[in-house]
Amino acid sequence: MSYLEFLGQYGDRILSGTLVTVLLTVLSSVLAIAIALVTGLMRLSPNAVLRGIATVYIEIFRGTSLLVQLYWIFYVLPLFGVTLEKFTAGFVAVGMNLGAYGAELVRGAILSVPRGQWEAALALNMTPARRMIRVILPQAVLIMLPGWGNLLIELLKGTALVALIAVADLMFQVKQINGTTFLSAETFGTALIIYYVIARFMITPFMRWLERAMQRKLGRA
Amino acid sequence: MFDWRWDFTWDILPRLIAATGNTLLAAGLGYAIAVVLGLALALAQRTPSRALTLVVREAIEFIRSTPLVLQIFFVFYVGPQFGLRLSPWTAGMIAIGLHYAAYLSEVYRGGLDSVPKGQWEAATSLNLSTSRTYFRVILPQALPPSLAGMGNYLVGIFKDTPMLSVIGVAELMHTANAIGSETYRFLEPFTLVGIIFLALSLPTAAGIRLFEAWVRRKLGMV
Repeated sequence: MSYLEFLGQYGDRILSGTLVTVLLTVLSSVLAIAIALVTGLMRLSPNAVLRGIATVYIEIFRGTSLLVQLYWIFYVLPLFGVTLEKFTAGFVAVGMNLGAYGAELVRGAILSVPRGQWEAALALNMTPARRMIRVILPQAVLIMLPGWGNLLIELLKGTALVALIAVADLMFQVKQINGTTFLSAETFGTALIIYYVIARFMITPFMRWLERAMQRKLGRA
Repeated sequence: MFDWRWDFTWDILPRLIAATGNTLLAAGLGYAIAVVLGLALALAQRTPSRALTLVVREAIEFIRSTPLVLQIFFVFYVGPQFGLRLSPWTAGMIAIGLHYAAYLSEVYRGGLDSVPKGQWEAATSLNLSTSRTYFRVILPQALPPSLAGMGNYLVGIFKDTPMLSVIGVAELMHTANAIGSETYRFLEPFTLVGIIFLALSLPTAAGIRLFEAWVRRKLGMV
């Protein structure tokens, strides 16, 4: 079978898998960013309890494998009465895992906003919440954006693991096609290229664009 | 609240600990491959040939932006299609070694770039050969700034070994899965796997930080 015939026959399954992968990536990114912001801020809180919770969360999710967390959420959590549908379990696991890594990015970026900015906001009698939202966070976002670019590629790669709990993403589809055709170079090779294209020609340029847009917004372009 | 069974836990613990040996072996072997191959990839980008640099750079980008689990499948299944049969261990070590070599080469690249230009000029003026310059002058100085990154990826490779279970390498995750499907109990095996990973990766990460500080002190770089 030529490669074109292969694409003709299995192209739609590969395409539907790709769409599921993109959807998973978007949903997990949103979750990861939300978790990273909340946990990152909690790590900086003066309240020791909040700080402790955030630290435990981060250490647990960074100290074990994504695959272990995925299996745990999918197979063990139902025993505690929390049953997630496999698609949900998939993006929740990926989002929670990458959110823990993102939290450290958020924390680092907030700490590296120059001290003068904090003092100026204090001098203007801003409330702590207002200071964080209007002064510190926008500058911190600019600092952490390059880190998020790498993290989102890690996240895209992480979504491939949900195939192991039978979510029909790109990885799952090519694994199934390979199981019936044994055309391993074609199936897995195509998937490798698609992941590469998403990472290199979609995520990376998007993050570059976002960085420039943020710089303009903060008057630093 | 839930029925954690201690007798079952004690039954399966020896099996899981035995499998932990395999996990550590896989991480160690994969890391050894990655450390050496990564250096080769980093040095290949410093030859006068622009074409070689470009090809290696692009290959590294490719490996870094595609999922490891897919690469493991690729290495394991593509061989037989062309008559080359690899055992799960061999295929797994090639895939994970190559994946982390790409990451480590970036760490080395940063380390190599941080060596001041004057060191090169001094080596040239002393008429040292290229290989002598690298092994006696440049690499020893590129190592300390690379240690933090190298340590992070040592922990990283350890945490990525569960992916080897997909092609049947009998490491920790694979064993936990097997226990789960034999006994229909997933709570204890999967929780224990998580605890074992935490118990190993947190001290390792702390140990690496201490080691790094020690090297810096030894080299008078505080």
